[in-house]
Amino acid sequence: MSIDPAARAGYAGHPPRMGFFTDTSLCIGCKACEVACKEWNAVPEDGLSLSGMSYDNTVGLGASTWRHVAFIEQPVPPRVNALEAAASPSSVEAAGGMRWLMSSDVCKHCTEAGCLDVCPTGALFRTEFGTVVVQDDVCNGCGYCVGACPFGVIARSEEDGQAHKCTLCYDRLGTGLEPACAKACPTDSIQFGPLDELRERARLRVQDLREAGRDSAQLYLGDPDDGIGGAGAFFLLLDEPEVYGLPPDPVVTTRDLPGLWRHVAIAAAGLAATAVALGLGRRKAGG
Amino acid sequence: MVPEAEFSSYYDRPVIKEPAWGTPDVPAYLFLGGLAGASSVLAAGAELSGYRVLARAAKISALGAISLSAAALVHDLGRPERFLNMLRVFKPSSPMSVGSWLLAGYGPVAGAAAVSDVTGLLPGAGRAATLGAGLLGPGIATYTAALLCDTAVPAWHEGYREMPYVFAGSAASAAGGLGLVAVHPANAVPARELAVLGAAVELIAKRQLLDRLARSGGQSVAEPYQAGTTGAILRLAEFLTAGGLAGAVLGRGSRAVSALSGASLVAASAMTRFGIFQAGMASARDPKYTIVPQRRRSGRE
Repeated sequence: MSIDPAARAGYAGHPPRMGFFTDTSLCIGCKACEVACKEWNAVPEDGLSLSGMSYDNTVGLGASTWRHVAFIEQPVPPRVNALEAAASPSSVEAAGGMRWLMSSDVCKHCTEAGCLDVCPTGALFRTEFGTVVVQDDVCNGCGYCVGACPFGVIARSEEDGQAHKCTLCYDRLGTGLEPACAKACPTDSIQFGPLDELRERARLRVQDLREAGRDSAQLYLGDPDDGIGGAGAFFLLLDEPEVYGLPPDPVVTTRDLPGLWRHVAIAAAGLAATAVALGLGRRKAGG
Repeated sequence: MVPEAEFSSYYDRPVIKEPAWGTPDVPAYLFLGGLAGASSVLAAGAELSGYRVLARAAKISALGAISLSAAALVHDLGRPERFLNMLRVFKPSSPMSVGSWLLAGYGPVAGAAAVSDVTGLLPGAGRAATLGAGLLGPGIATYTAALLCDTAVPAWHEGYREMPYVFAGSAASAAGGLGLVAVHPANAVPARELAVLGAAVELIAKRQLLDRLARSGGQSVAEPYQAGTTGAILRLAEFLTAGGLAGAVLGRGSRAVSALSGASLVAASAMTRFGIFQAGMASARDPKYTIVPQRRRSGRE
């Protein structure tokens, strides 16, 4: 059952929910998405060192990295069948030597967003497009969102002390443009559009890949019944999520909050009852 | 002994981010906030049963602790000058929002209670403030458990059912202990009672917490609480809590033993908060605590 986050946030008559479908089977690792994002959003430079993690020198998402391309070089067992060999983009892969997984990671703009739920200042809010955005003039850098994100996306900047993340180019959506990363992607690995269209397209794409012999192709966060209510930015992966650094079965922390508050209330009531019990104790004259 | 689970990760990198909260600011805040809230509970109870000296000591402790606590909290913000933005909205889905409003109410009330008692001004208002602080104090002492557990941090989140009782017990133990340090045991009966009850609750709840975490999802999330320096600190804290409890009861005739027991309980409470904080951070840093339980839950193991 699909929740409409913009409606839930109180928008009447809002535009269709927009999001990303990142088809990593098409990614060529060019990092145009990283560059375009930084250019459009004036995101500062955050490190020029070599990590030793294949071609990934960005290492991960953070306050100054809102698109991050991951590179995984994997040995492939030499029992690759003819169909899979024909479908693969690289002859090296067909020889059963090695394959290269590349994926552009981004904020998932969760339907049930942990960062949004825990933000105490209201800096994080849900837009009319169903995306999650931080207001830079409100955030006081409490950092609660950082620990609440099940994907390790949002972070607090050391430079200005505030939290930053992908805005899904909110300023571009308002004028009918697509986000910078989707615009720059040369292979259309990053696809932008109304979420239900993207989900349908993704479903067909996975079917095609599986029919072509790529059994490991799977959708990640495409299911509205998952632990975050489905994501506004979901993925087609060619291996298990944790291989890409993604949590295998994320559940938003807010799901357990009612039970947590109940235990807090009981503990607090117990402490308060103790005050009453202490107060009813033996009266001490002149203590 | 369950063998180490096999799992993949992305170059052993963490999956989630460590909370942005700094040491010592936030663990100090957790300890001082608990101490303050429970001290107000003690002050209210002591005042109602006629233990005036103890009541005054507890009110002063509460004010002192909550002031330091608030300072630590504001200092930890990335933009401290915007701390008032915490009061822009009230969001029950955010323990930090609930806590900010609790603090905004509790701080002035605890302050009024202490000032009225020390100066002798407006005793009626002072009595009302004491009771008010006693009512809000439990919230201050326990909401911080929600603050930690309402995150993606495995060692905290998985313990959400027990953490509020650990925090409540720890706060009560510290407040009672401080009362025993400040006041002669003959005039501090409510402090001893609170300390003993708090220490017992804390010890039992902590055991339950670790038992549950050890059973979870194929990768014991109790490990960060037991391994390394953090494990040593928490074990020492447990020892000091038990010792302080025993000393408070058995040494209740002696000023020295009572005070020492009280100090032991206060130190143990502080160490417990620091230990729990560090355990959480460690569980966020190592991807296995996120990946293995989730794989088990999704049926892939």
